[in-house]
Amino acid sequence: MQCPKCHAPMHTYNRNGVQIEQCSGCRGIFLDYGELEALSRVESQWGAQQGPPPPPAPQAYPAAPAPAWGAPQHGGPHGHHGGHHGGHYGHNKRHKSFGHMLFSS
Amino acid sequence: MTATALLSALTAKVRHTAHRTPQACVCAPEGVLADRDDATVVRHGDTVAKAHAPGTDPGELAARLKVAAALDGILLPPLDERPLPLHGRLVTLWQAGTPVDRDDPDAAPWEAAATLLAHLHATPPAALPHHLPDMRGPAKAARAMRRMRDAGAHPAAAPVERAWATLPAWARAEAPAPLPGLLCHGDLHLGQLVRTPDGRWLLIDVDDLGLGDPAWDLARPAAWYACGLLPADEWTRFLTAYRTARGPALPPAPADPWPALDIPARALTAQTAALAVAKSVRENRPLDEIEQAVVDACDRMAALPPELAPTPTK
Repeated sequence: MQCPKCHAPMHTYNRNGVQIEQCSGCRGIFLDYGELEALSRVESQWGAQQGPPPPPAPQAYPAAPAPAWGAPQHGGPHGHHGGHHGGHYGHNKRHKSFGHMLFSS
Repeated sequence: MTATALLSALTAKVRHTAHRTPQACVCAPEGVLADRDDATVVRHGDTVAKAHAPGTDPGELAARLKVAAALDGILLPPLDERPLPLHGRLVTLWQAGTPVDRDDPDAAPWEAAATLLAHLHATPPAALPHHLPDMRGPAKAARAMRRMRDAGAHPAAAPVERAWATLPAWARAEAPAPLPGLLCHGDLHLGQLVRTPDGRWLLIDVDDLGLGDPAWDLARPAAWYACGLLPADEWTRFLTAYRTARGPALPPAPADPWPALDIPARALTAQTAALAVAKSVRENRPLDEIEQAVVDACDRMAALPPELAPTPTK
């Protein structure tokens, strides 16, 4: 399926037995009906079994779609937040960087 | 040989070529499309003449022209496969096309650019009409670093040098590129596409064409995206179109493209930052917001050695 926000292809990942669609472009996440509840249920069962402190969640998401040295809005050590898709672009900045930088050697 | 004399000779040449006879014409006056150290480009009517950089190797340029002539539908073919000597420079002649509109980011032909690159990269080197030298991307990046060093001191030079130091020798043009080399453009940016009168987009500028790592041609858009200068949806359109056209530089989706892109994108980021720093020293002005974003990316990458990004768990 395609991401409803940025139209990049979405890929299916399995997180704790729950199927999640994540966008390969903006990293936004799509949950089917009931999946959020299923995730919460798994989380509470995990907590009840293990007791505190909970271990860190396993790395089940794909690699960030930008390098770790990328600008903070992309993820990497400077800010991991899936679902963001370039909304920081002011109209002027986009025009300026387009004409200024994208045409020169 | 002054720059003015070259421009006059080039103008006479392009006018003559446009009309095949030296008679007076009703065309608009000649337009100088570029007049830089490394190229002078003049248009008259439907014809463009380019004086290549001083010191251009005639044999290598001739080989690149032969390849451009053979790759119909990918590269703009030259009007004549033989470069002409003119006032100490080599000159080539081309049909004029319409460039990408710098004032309209929404009209940028990301899909066409990606598809043309995929087809270029997929051309078997053995099928080329002439052997080609190495793609010159790493050499251009190294030249940008030299320009920054020659320009004089600037506080932003240090992070750019540190970023450059993270690169392997081949990406700094200090060692041969990894084999096998595929056919690459070598200097892809949005000024390297023109639309022909029949509406097709084609790649132009054969000066850096050669064999090398095809990810280099994707690395400038990748660097713009990583630096926050290209929105995610436009980058995704480019990436998706390249993969749809089965471009060989990247593994098929959904594999992470960044292990292949990381080193060339770092090199192009350092190159862009180096030229920006050199320019700001020369013009005695501070870096602007866009240039600063590229230097900031150099600063971040200096702290991170290039390594393969983690692969997706699926």
